[in-house]
Amino acid sequence: MNQEVIQSTVVPVIYLLSTVLFIFGIKQLSKVRTARRGNALAAVGMLLAIIGALLELGVVDYRWIAGGMAIGTVIGLLFAIRVQMTSMPEMVALFNGFGGIASALVAASVYWALVVQRSPAGKVYEVLGTDEAITVMLSILIGGITFTGSLIALFKLQGKLKKGQPILLPARHYITFVLLVGSFAFGGLAVAATASDSVVWILALGAGSLILGVLLTIPIGGADMPVVVSLLNSYSGIAASMAGFVIGNPVLIIAGALVGAAGLILTQIMCVAMNRSLLNVLVGGFGVTDGGGGGGGSDEYTSVTSCGPEEAAMILENAESLIIIPGYGLAVAQAQHAVRELADMLKARGTKVTYGIHPVAGRMPGHMNVLLAEADVPYEELLEMDVINPEFKNTDVVLILGANDVVNPAATKDPTSPIAGMPILNAHEARSVFVVKRSLSPGYAGIKNELFEYDNTMMIFGDAKKVLQGLIGEVKDL
Amino acid sequence: MTLGPLLIGIYVFVLASFVGFEMITKVPPTLHTPLMSGANAISGITVVGAIAAATTGAPTVANILGALAIVTATINVVGGFLVTDRMLRMFGKKKKK
Repeated sequence: MNQEVIQSTVVPVIYLLSTVLFIFGIKQLSKVRTARRGNALAAVGMLLAIIGALLELGVVDYRWIAGGMAIGTVIGLLFAIRVQMTSMPEMVALFNGFGGIASALVAASVYWALVVQRSPAGKVYEVLGTDEAITVMLSILIGGITFTGSLIALFKLQGKLKKGQPILLPARHYITFVLLVGSFAFGGLAVAATASDSVVWILALGAGSLILGVLLTIPIGGADMPVVVSLLNSYSGIAASMAGFVIGNPVLIIAGALVGAAGLILTQIMCVAMNRSLLNVLVGGFGVTDGGGGGGGSDEYTSVTSCGPEEAAMILENAESLIIIPGYGLAVAQAQHAVRELADMLKARGTKVTYGIHPVAGRMPGHMNVLLAEADVPYEELLEMDVINPEFKNTDVVLILGANDVVNPAATKDPTSPIAGMPILNAHEARSVFVVKRSLSPGYAGIKNELFEYDNTMMIFGDAKKVLQGLIGEVKDL
Repeated sequence: MTLGPLLIGIYVFVLASFVGFEMITKVPPTLHTPLMSGANAISGITVVGAIAAATTGAPTVANILGALAIVTATINVVGGFLVTDRMLRMFGKKKKK
């Protein structure tokens, strides 16, 4: 077969197959039974697309391609194998950032090869064509925002940046707006300039996009990071799509658009779960009063009761029903196996054990499900918020493991609370509530949790895993 | 009516976006993280563009940018699919019991 047939027929058919596999893959990823196969299908689609790309090139110097792919594969493998299940959200954010910057780099490389190297005297829009020149700029802009935005999200998830609290610059909306308009202007100037003059504008655009990514993400609180990561995932899809326009490749356009749309829907689902609009999340500063000062209500705790594992174990032992509410603290303490062990022991003694999963518990939707699945907790025991909320009234004991804002009754009772209107798990309705937490420090919303002061609430201070091990020991001795 | 390549591209983009919207209407919360992670791996498709951007052996700026794009996109692809599989493997194993 000659290269012409390969170019005109074989490669397009391979790309078509690959896009079909992506669609089936995503479709199957959204059902529990077929999810794993769906992921594998999508991976095969990716392999096909790469083979298609290599065939399309024909005989070229493969050294850089092979080297780049080898390095990328090794790094990707190392990350994927070594990451803890608890750090999955961070990993998704990191990979997402890499995807974004890759799209920007593709556009920059095409620009450099076709414009700067080949025809430095021509105008950019004449050399590339206006359409392609515009998509080059958009690709760099969106890719850059995705890159730094994802990195900031990663740091926030790790609690490295001000413990994940929002960072509010004065007049931040104006700065962001000016920078966004400025970036479009730099892109426009680059399109209109001669090739050799355009370099400086492209660099300005690149810098602008990187700073924008930071500015757009720092005012958003750590609790909202799942939404942000999901949105950035959508951006990285759109960036890939733009890169597809640049090189005129339909498989990039389609796969990028699929991810862009799917990411947006997922973002929307998460916002609905928190009863907030996307705009409200993106404006940021959640839980922080802009003008400084205290905000309403006292942040001090006055009447908190705490107890040790012995006392808790005695109450647990006599409970007929127990609902466990896991939160990010469970993930941090890696306590998923310990919690299952305790649940198994109590079940053997006749206690009915279920888990109440808040839609935004942890740092990602489904974060708790993944963690508990790792510890072999049966799928049927994990109940969603709407299913479990009517149950609390008839429940003897609730055990809250490192969750905070998602059980704060202020969300339903105090209309002035920053989290007013957010759906919560009604843990306070149970007969007794144990809260396992390292300290009384606020959650990501940055506010006091009045549940901790309720008469039926006992705090057990400590690392979730150590406390659970203590409880297991006590229950064993009973 | 004749469609130029840009318009065909926009047609494809819009239609594919609708497919994406329609596919993700009902997803159990359990699968939100794996789905996000899997979709994220697919956005590494930009590796196809990156491959086309580093086709000579010369250490030119274009080639270096292209090679960097290949490295980052490949990390996205390989890491993304593997991590997704690791998560999903956990859902799989308890079903056998």
